Amino acid sequence: MRIRVNSKEYDIASGPATTLLDVLRYELGLTGTKEGCSTGSCGSCTVLIDHKAVNSCLVIAAEVEGKDIVTIEGLAQDGILHPLQQAFMDAGAVQCGFCTPGIILAAKAFLDSNPHPTESEIRQGISGNLCRCTGYDKIVRAIMSVSRSQRG
Amino acid sequence: MTSVSSIGQFSYCKPGSLQETLKIMAEKGAGARILAGGTDLILQIKQKQKSPSLVVDVKGIGELNRLEYTEALGLCIGAAVPLSKILSFPIVSEKYSMLYQACSVIGSMQIRNRGSLGGNICNAAPSADSAPALLCLGAKVIIASGKKTRIVNLDDFFVGPGITRLEHDELLIEIEIPNPPKQSAGCYLRHTTREEMDISVAGVAAYIELFPELKVPKEVRIAMSAVASTPLRAHSAEALLVDRPITEKTIEQAAQTTVDETKPISDVRASAEYRREIVKVLTKRALRKDCEMLGIDIQG
Repeated sequence: MRIRVNSKEYDIASGPATTLLDVLRYELGLTGTKEGCSTGSCGSCTVLIDHKAVNSCLVIAAEVEGKDIVTIEGLAQDGILHPLQQAFMDAGAVQCGFCTPGIILAAKAFLDSNPHPTESEIRQGISGNLCRCTGYDKIVRAIMSVSRSQRG
Repeated sequence: MTSVSSIGQFSYCKPGSLQETLKIMAEKGAGARILAGGTDLILQIKQKQKSPSLVVDVKGIGELNRLEYTEALGLCIGAAVPLSKILSFPIVSEKYSMLYQACSVIGSMQIRNRGSLGGNICNAAPSADSAPALLCLGAKVIIASGKKTRIVNLDDFFVGPGITRLEHDELLIEIEIPNPPKQSAGCYLRHTTREEMDISVAGVAAYIELFPELKVPKEVRIAMSAVASTPLRAHSAEALLVDRPITEKTIEQAAQTTVDETKPISDVRASAEYRREIVKVLTKRALRKDCEMLGIDIQG
C-alpha cells in the first residue's frame, strides 16, 4: 500500500487494520504525532488528511491510500518554522510539549478555514485537544498572534 | 523496527458502487461492518465491543455522499456525508437550525471531519445528539438491501442502545428531512458537565408549527436523548400543547409530562433523578426559545 506523508510517497508494509497513528510512529518513525487516549478524545494524535484535522488513532491505514497526509514533521519548510510553530515558541505556549504537535495541526486546519477568529472561536476550534499542563491561555494567545499577523 | 500491531483481525474492502456494496452485505451478513467516518466503529473494534471479519468502507459510494436541497423534497443527506460538510452547507444553518445546533456539538472538529450523520443514527446511542433534532424535523431514512429499498420514519428506526431496524444485509443510504413550514421554529438544547467534547447528560429538541395567521400551535414535537434506551419523542407532552394558546402553565404541564415519558438510568454522567430534572428544565427552555423565535408572547 502506498501513502503520501509530508509530500513524500511511502510503500508501507503494515496491514489495513493498523491505525494511521501506528503506521506513522512505528513504521515511518514519525514520532512527532503522539498517542494519548487512543479513543479520539484528546487530540494528541491529530494529523491533517487532505487539509482536514483528524484523529489518526481512529483512522486505519487502508483508508488513507491516495490521501495527502501532513504531520508536525511536515510543517517547517526549508528549515524555517511554520508561523504557528514560531508563535508557540515566542508565546511560551509549550510546557511538557506532548499536546503541542496535535494542537498546532488543529490550529492550522482551523485558521485555514477561519483566518480571523475571535478568541472564543479559537477555544472552541481546539476543544478537541487537551493540554494536561493546562497551558491554554498561552496556546490561545499564540494562535491569536498568527491570526493577527495574517491580517492583510 | 518495532512491529506494528493491528487493531483486529479483519479484512477491508472499499466497493465502488452501491450495488457491489449490497452484494457484499448479502454474502457476508453479520460478519460485515460498515465503515464511514469510523469514529465509532474503529473505537468499538479497539475496545473489542465489535469484531467484524470484514470492514466495508462506504466513503467512495456516490449515493451515500449526496448532499442536496430542493424546495419540494427538502434536505437529502447521504449516510456517509461527514458532519463538517453538513455544517458548511448553507441551507442547514438557514433552514434547519436545530439540526445545525445538534451536529455542531457532536465531538470535536477532528471527529466532525470524519463522523457522519448516518453513523450517528446507525450507532443508535441513546445520547445521539442528532437524533432529537431529526425526530422533530420529521426525518425519514432510506434503507436498501440487494432485494428492496424501503423508507422508514426515524420514529420507528431506533430499537435499543446500538440497535436499529436495519437488517444485516441492509444499508442506510440517506436521511431525508422535509422542508420546515414557514410558521415553524425549533431548537436543540443539551446539558453536559463540560462545555465541549462531552456526551450529554440529557438533550431535548422542541419544534413548534403554528396555524397560518394564528399564534396557536398546529403541531408540536418534542424529542429527547440520553433519558431512555433510545432517543424518543414525548408524544403525550406534545399533545398538551396543540390547538391552544401557549401559556406558562401549558409549558409547565408539558415539561412535567416529558419526565413521565423518560426511563433514565444512573451512570457516570448523572443520576436518573438528575436526568429527570434536567429534561424538564431543557423542555421548558426549548419551548420558550421556540416561542421567542415565533414572536409569541407567553401568557402567564
